[in-house]
Formats: sequence, structure tokens, C-alpha cells
Amino acid sequence: MAQGSTIGRVAPTVAARRTSALPEMVKDAALFALVTLGLAIPVVAYRTDLGQGTGLELTGRWGLVAGLCAAVFVLRLAQRLVLGEVSRRRDIRTLAEADSKAPARLARPGRIIGPLTLGIALTLPLLAAFGSGSLSEGRYWIDLGILILTYVMLGWGLNIVVGLAGLLDLGYVAFYAVGAYSYALLSTVFGLSFWICLPLAGLFAAAFGVLLGFPVLRLRGDYLAIVTLAFGEIIRLVLINWVDFSGGSAGLSSIPRASFFGIPFTAGEGGFASTFGLTFNPMHRVVFLYYLILVLALITNLVTLRMRRLPLGRAWEALREDEIACRSLGIDTTMTKLTAFALGAMFAGFAGSFFAVRQGFVSPESFNFLESAIILAIVVLGGMGSQLGVAVAAIAMVGAPELLRNLGFLKAVFGEGFDPNEYRLLLFGLAMVAMMVWRPRGLISERTPSVRLGARAR
Amino acid sequence: MSVAGINVLVDETRARMAEADKPLLSVRGVSAYYGSIRALKAVDIDVNEGEIVALIGANGAGKSTLMMTIFGQPQAREGTITFAGQDITRLPTHEIARLNLAQSPEGRRIFSRMTVRENLQMGAAVNGGKHFAEDLERMCVLFPRLKERIDQRGGTMSGGEQQMLAIARALMSRPRLLMLDEPSLGLAPLVVKQIFSTVRELNRTEGLTVFIVEQNAYHALKLAHRGYVMVTGAVTMSGTGQALLDDPQVKAAYLEGGQH
Ligand SMILES: Nc1ncnc2c1ncn2[C@@H]1O[C@H](COP(=O)(O)OP(=O)(O)OP(=O)(O)O)[C@@H](O)[C@H]1O
Ligand SMILES: [Mg+2]
Repeated sequence: MAQGSTIGRVAPTVAARRTSALPEMVKDAALFALVTLGLAIPVVAYRTDLGQGTGLELTGRWGLVAGLCAAVFVLRLAQRLVLGEVSRRRDIRTLAEADSKAPARLARPGRIIGPLTLGIALTLPLLAAFGSGSLSEGRYWIDLGILILTYVMLGWGLNIVVGLAGLLDLGYVAFYAVGAYSYALLSTVFGLSFWICLPLAGLFAAAFGVLLGFPVLRLRGDYLAIVTLAFGEIIRLVLINWVDFSGGSAGLSSIPRASFFGIPFTAGEGGFASTFGLTFNPMHRVVFLYYLILVLALITNLVTLRMRRLPLGRAWEALREDEIACRSLGIDTTMTKLTAFALGAMFAGFAGSFFAVRQGFVSPESFNFLESAIILAIVVLGGMGSQLGVAVAAIAMVGAPELLRNLGFLKAVFGEGFDPNEYRLLLFGLAMVAMMVWRPRGLISERTPSVRLGARAR
Repeated sequence: MSVAGINVLVDETRARMAEADKPLLSVRGVSAYYGSIRALKAVDIDVNEGEIVALIGANGAGKSTLMMTIFGQPQAREGTITFAGQDITRLPTHEIARLNLAQSPEGRRIFSRMTVRENLQMGAAVNGGKHFAEDLERMCVLFPRLKERIDQRGGTMSGGEQQMLAIARALMSRPRLLMLDEPSLGLAPLVVKQIFSTVRELNRTEGLTVFIVEQNAYHALKLAHRGYVMVTGAVTMSGTGQALLDDPQVKAAYLEGGQH
């Protein structure tokens, strides 16, 4: 579709853009600076300090205001100069393609980035160990990998609901919570092992998915979003207030840690290290957790890719486009929606029980609306339906704030107490704005057909 | 039209024709409502096996409503609809679609993000995609344009190509009855001719039963064996295609401006 619209552009536009003159750009940039001035006067221009007496003192900061305006002016000018050139080139290229009457060729960024990302993901513990000298010193990177992969998995799970079936779900974190509390309760109360709890957690979460699915079957778009949002909050509030069941806002602690299929990661006799003749290293557990979430995430991905080729998966995608057409083609839209909710929720349940086994502690605060928003942002930024896009978006959204923390020069610029994590929402905002400007349909907006000529499997 | 599947189809059709003299689709005294507005008023319509039946009428007469009511949405509040001897009045839409009744709805409603091939696959989903490869071949013969654009996204095709796709998608389920709602909408006269002659061909060679709703009264009545005229939710006239074409009232109301 994106291609259709660009092909539609005609030659005169290109010519016009080339001659878009410098004075016009300067005027435009000046306008931006003016708006900045207008915004800066009430917000930045005066700082209020407690004075000697009782009142407040105003300190003028006009230098800062001037600096801001100048910065915006320069940036806008640069943007026009650079972007103008870039989009002019793109137009020429598109026109050339349209001329050659080539059949709509699909951009397939997955060909390089996909395997590359997978390769890095598979070898990350090794890379981290070699990169930082020893396994223990690479722990930071492995932990970061676990965090990112958790969000990749959640993103892929939500992608089934939002990206494929087109059902806007703002309460996805509720299923994550159900999975986490399932494991926490089953393991502490009944002493069940992780490998029994994992499928159970998935089942419980799927059941909650159906539970949510039923009342919202007739809803779409905004209304669906509001009801799912409320559902997420209800689960969280129940967890906070039903103290006997869930431990209230204090949460549940001393949840059994992960074991290697029954062999605990302990130092003594019968532990993982001694069983396999290794020297004990607490990192074994971390690496195991890393590969656990990697496998879980890859399973999510494989199931989704497989589903897309099955009638049910294709029905999800059709449902997203036209519900009435679906019904007149004999698709049971009720079942289709419920299965999307259930399957999406199931993966969140798996991820949730992984979260619980990794932390050893769960509390309702881990499952607030912000989490849902982050996961949804990952799906939307990823391009609504693109598996690779979701992975890339998760790396950007979760990994970037962490990486920023390590950049020493930021502290030099912004002062010692600077913590990029506090600016996470700001980063989201910036990323969203940037996306709207450059890739309004997501990082990877082109939907990959599930069947193509010749090559059937992909 | 020398595809192997066709002979089989013809045989099946003959067998069915022997099955009963009753009409394949029969609409009896059907009324449908949008809220309190009565959009269909005790409509009676029959479609016999092997026939092409046209329904014509002005904008807002209720033609599309009738097609959708046959498909169960909105459901008929009064009257009965039977298809192949089975009462389908209260069945949900997707179950009706599984009874070998296919529809190319008003406004085409193809899946625009999906490729032509995937759209056709959706059409074959009803019978589990059993004959998919064979039927895909058939559609490529019927609509060579679709063959050229088999991996193009539905939404990027021209209006005429989209209409062909909508019809082909409906045919993929091997329907006993094909219902078309305004297939000529927004198409150039030449493309309309093409599509109508394809429909006629399907009817002749495969015995496909067709129920067609049209604004383009002249073409529709030329094509059809029989026709019905609908005015504000009620059927006011019926007869053979030629008889309706010759009728002065029909001429005045629907064929003004001569023959297109
Ligand atoms: N969903 C709806 N809700 C309320 N009224 C509706 C709805 N759909 C159709 N109508 C009304 O029902 C009447 C019949 O509409 P219908 O679409 O069946 O007409 P039509 O004969 O198909 O017209 P056209 O040739 O313009 O497609 C119209 O008056 C229309 O306004
Ligand atoms: Mg209509």
C-alpha cells in the first residue's frame, strides 16, 4: 500500500522540490524558532527560587531561551536540507521503478537483519563473556539480553492480537500478571516445579484471554481499547486488594528459583556444576535463564509464523481487514477472535511465569498500565504485524535507555545524577514523533505474504 | 474451458438438478428491519437451479439489503428463506456461507493487504482448501488479469481487477449459487461486458446458478433468464429478462437514456 501511494507521485513534484529555495527554508526555520520562543517564555524564561524573605524570586534565563531558539532554527534548517535531498532521491528512484513496470517488489529487510539478530541472540552469552573478559563481568549484557527478550516475546504475543487480528488490546499486561502469579502461587503453595507450572500458567492466561474475549466480541477500535484497558486495571487492583490470595501490594516472595530440569543451580553436591563436572559459577543460572527466554521467544515466533500460513492465522489477518467479508466467506468470527485473544494471552502467560522464576518475587507494581503501553508501543513501532519489526522495536525501546545509562559523556553533559531511565517516557515520545515523520506505518510496514510463487515455506 | 474440474462440476450439477423441482433458493414473505425502518416488505423471490436471475431497482430500493438478509445479516424478522431444501432464515452468516452459497458483496470487500493469491485462498477456506490448486488454475483461465497479478496486493489493483477478484474469490468455494451485488459498479463499459460474459459462460458451461443485483438494468436483464424489479423494499414486477426489457414501465424507470 505504501508503494501504491509513492508510485502515485508524479514528476512535477520532484522538480518542484528540487527548486524549493533556500530563502523559503530559512523562513520556515525562523517560524519554528518563533514557536519555540513562544513556548519557552512561560516554561523556561524564568526560574523561581525561594528568596531571602517569604516570597519567590524570579531569575531570568534569557540566554537559555535564545540558545534553544537558535538550536531549533539550526536543526530545522538542517532537517530541511538533508531530508529534502533524501526524499528527492527516493522519489526519483520510485519513479524509475514505476517506469520499468517491475511488479511490486517487496522490500525484505529480514533477509540480512533477521539472521544477524538471531545469530547475535544465540551467541550473546559468549560474546558478552569474551567482550568483557569473563562470564561474570558479562553479566550486565546477559541480563540486558534477558530483559529485551522478555519484551520481544511479549511483543510477539501481543502482535498476534493487535498486529494480526487487529484487536487493539491495552490490557495485555494482565495476562503477563496471570502467568507470573500462576507460577508464584502454584510453586509456593503446591510445590510444583517450573516445567509443570509453565504450561499451566499458559493455560490460565489463555483462559483469561477467552474470559476477556467474550464480552468484547462485538467491540472494535476505541471501545475495545477502553474495555481491555479496564480489564488490565481490574486484574491489577484485584491483585492489590485480595491480600489473602496474592499477598496484596507486598507481593509474593521466595518463589523457587529456576533449576536445570530438576537439578538446582547450587554450589554443593548434586548441584548443576558438580553434576556436570564444572566449577560452580552463579552465572550458570543466568545463562540458563537467558537461553530459556530465548527458546520461549523463538517458540512464540515460530508458532506465529506457522499460524499465519494456516487457515486460522489467515482468518485473523482477514478479520483485521474486513469482518463482514470474513463472515460471508464462512469464517466464524467469534471463534477467530477468541483464539487470537487466547493464543496471545497464552504467550504472555509463559512470559509471566518466566518473569516470576527469574525474579523470585512478584508484586502488582510490575504489571501496571505503563507495561501494557510499552508492549503496545513495541508492536506499533515494529509495524503492526511484522515479526522482525517487533524484535527491532523491542531492542530499541528497552535496550536504548539501558545503553544510554552507560554513556559517560551524558553524565558529563547533564550532571552526575543523570539517569536515562527517568527519561524513558521522553524517549518513547521522541521515538513516536520520529516514527510519525519517517515511517508512519511502523519500522517494517510491508506485510510479508504468507504464500508466494515458487517458494512455499518461508 | 478445457480444465478437468469442469466436467466433474457439470456432472455434480446435473445430479443436483434431478434432486428436486423445487427452486434452489426461495425467499418467501421476507421482511427485514433496520431498527424500526422496514427495509424489506414481504419479499417473494425464487431462483431455480441453473438460472441467472437479476434484481433491479433504484438506489435505496433494498436490493443489497435483500442479499444481506439471505446471508443472515440483518436477519429476516418475518418470512422464510430456504436454500437447497434447508431453512436458513435463522442461521448465522458464516454457517450459511458453508452451504455452498457464495457472495460477492456490494463494494467488493476484498482484503486489500493480502495478495490476489491469498484472497483466493480465503475464498477456498470454506471447503478447507481442498481443490485450491485446481480452482486457482481455473480462475486464471477465467480471469487472465488475475493470473498476471497473482502476487500483487489486492488494494493496489484497479477497480475492475478488484471486481474480478471479488467474483473469483466467491467462485473459489465452488458455490451452487453465486450472488453478485452490483458487479458493474464504477467499471468501464468494456470491463462490464467482459465480466458479464464471463458470468454467462460460467452459467452455460458449468450450469452455475447466479443471482445478480444491478443498477445497470439493461445489461443485467439481457444477461438474465428472469428478473425482478424492486421498489422501496417490495417486489413490484417479475418476468423473463426480455419481457422486463420490453415493459414500458421498466423502460421509463430504468432504461432511460437508451441502451448502454
Ligand atoms: N445499516 C443500515 N442501517 C439503517 N438503514 C440502512 C442500513 N443499510 C441500508 N439502510 C437503508 O435501507 C434502504 C435500502 O438500502 P439498500 O442498501 O438495500 O439499497 P440498494 O437497493 O442496494 O441501493 P443501491 O442501488 O444504492 O445500492 C435504504 O433506504 C438505506 O438507507
Ligand atoms: Mg446496493
